[in-house]
Amino acid sequence: MSKKIKILLIDMIGIIFAAILFLIPFYFIIINSFKGETEASLMNISWPKAFILENFKSVLNYEDGIVLRAFMNSILMTVFSIICIVVFCSMAAFVMQRNKSRWSPLISFLMLMGLMLPPAIVPTFWVLNTLHIFKTMGSMVMIETAINMSFSIMLYQAFIGSIPREIDEAAIIDGCGSIKLFFQIIFPLLKPVTATAIVLNAVNVFNDFVNPLYFLPGKQNITVQLTLYYFNSAYNSSWNLLFADVVLISIPPLILYIFFNKQIVSGMTAGAVKG
Amino acid sequence: MVKSVKKLYTYWFLVPAAVIFIIFFLLPTVMSFFFSLTRWDLTTWTFIGLENFQSFFQTYSLNIGLLNTMIYAVLTSGLKVVLGLLLGLFLCSKIKSKNFLRSVVFFPTLLSTIAVGMTFSSLMNPTHGLIDSALSLFGIAGPDWLGTPSLALYSVILVDVWKGVGVATVIYIAGITAIPGEYNEAFAIDGGNKWQKFIYITLPLVRPAMNTVIILSFIGGMRTFDLVWTMTQGGPGFASDLVASVIYKQYTAGYYGLSSAGNVILLIMISVLAFPLYTYLNRNEVDY
Repeated sequence: MSKKIKILLIDMIGIIFAAILFLIPFYFIIINSFKGETEASLMNISWPKAFILENFKSVLNYEDGIVLRAFMNSILMTVFSIICIVVFCSMAAFVMQRNKSRWSPLISFLMLMGLMLPPAIVPTFWVLNTLHIFKTMGSMVMIETAINMSFSIMLYQAFIGSIPREIDEAAIIDGCGSIKLFFQIIFPLLKPVTATAIVLNAVNVFNDFVNPLYFLPGKQNITVQLTLYYFNSAYNSSWNLLFADVVLISIPPLILYIFFNKQIVSGMTAGAVKG
Repeated sequence: MVKSVKKLYTYWFLVPAAVIFIIFFLLPTVMSFFFSLTRWDLTTWTFIGLENFQSFFQTYSLNIGLLNTMIYAVLTSGLKVVLGLLLGLFLCSKIKSKNFLRSVVFFPTLLSTIAVGMTFSSLMNPTHGLIDSALSLFGIAGPDWLGTPSLALYSVILVDVWKGVGVATVIYIAGITAIPGEYNEAFAIDGGNKWQKFIYITLPLVRPAMNTVIILSFIGGMRTFDLVWTMTQGGPGFASDLVASVIYKQYTAGYYGLSSAGNVILLIMISVLAFPLYTYLNRNEVDY
């Protein structure tokens, strides 16, 4: 009996700590997104005098719907980056896992570089300028693909290692070529790790602030993370609209987490457990 | 057969990934070494040798970023390693609310850094921010978290830990649950208290998880830009500037050569510290 009480007590302490450290900030964001402008500027967690749903509408209609445009841009950027990452990384990982040669150590080293080193900002800018693709969605997608590539290839490599080579051999005997073998036989077997790669990269790319800030400037090209600055700048701070925007742009990752939390967690813990 | 297999796993499959990687990552990285030695306005460049590096190391507003980046990386990763382990152990115990608490701790990971930064800027507001209001209930006069030069960097570090400890926790949980049951059984037979179990069983066997946390959070800390930029812009003054925020400031000011030099310095810092750390940690893992 006393052990039960002890566990219950520890339970309570855990919840209280979680409430103070984590739940209050979440509650703070949500509750302030419903307040009026002066009420929200008090920055407290009191119950709103009235729930103003208009805030969300105001955010979406702000400056001719700049937030909606940002959503469109961010979704485009995310979807196309994911397509490139999934297709190109799975292909590369397959060959790298199956066909070890004297180039393999060099390739592994380059991938480690991609994982660790910070992308060089101004020289990237120079590359984009030289190719005349600065401020284009296409170049942004390529950059997102390049910086998320190493991690995704490693994820795929680990999984492909667990697919027996006998499957390849059977396919060869059936007369499959490289492309048919990979896309019709191997790629469908990669579904679990593809799900992980999609979800994890979706959260990363959608939440990316730094790269669009550098490489995709301009009102036309705005992405969701940058819209927050419209509601919180030196000239204009509407905390209620800021928090309404925070709520809106946090919904897509939240939905992904609700449906795919296993994939997110398994991707983040890849490599943490010795296989 | 062997030859046809080699042909089947054709290196042509590497080409799309390799092209993107080379053009958009490797080439800029290599070029940053060259451009860091120039004065450069994107169209014309003059070779000036090591002058950019000289001014980087000699100017206070630039070299403060070096020390701050080290403090930031060491403290954020240290706190995540320790707090993540404690939370991981706690959330693997028999408590009933553990699934709920796991989600709660993990959720900040999904929020964008900018959203978190702006929210905490408001919570840390000195006049009516929630944190100082709460402290005043206990009669404590809270500080100006982001406006005090000696404190600003550490306030941002705390927010970084708040946001990132969820990933560390999840990694530890995976490591703890992967410990084979027979170790715990063997320990139960031999007898011993909880502390001994932690030292002799849990701690050595979560080493792979701990190494992952150390590496991920250390490199993440070295590269951090967005959180500092949203919360303090490197201020007050230059008190919380990191190398990455200096790179951005020099870039917007049009000093492209100097900005590239910052990039090279950050690259060298990470290579000199993170690569050896990575190999060292991987070598010292225990086998089970």
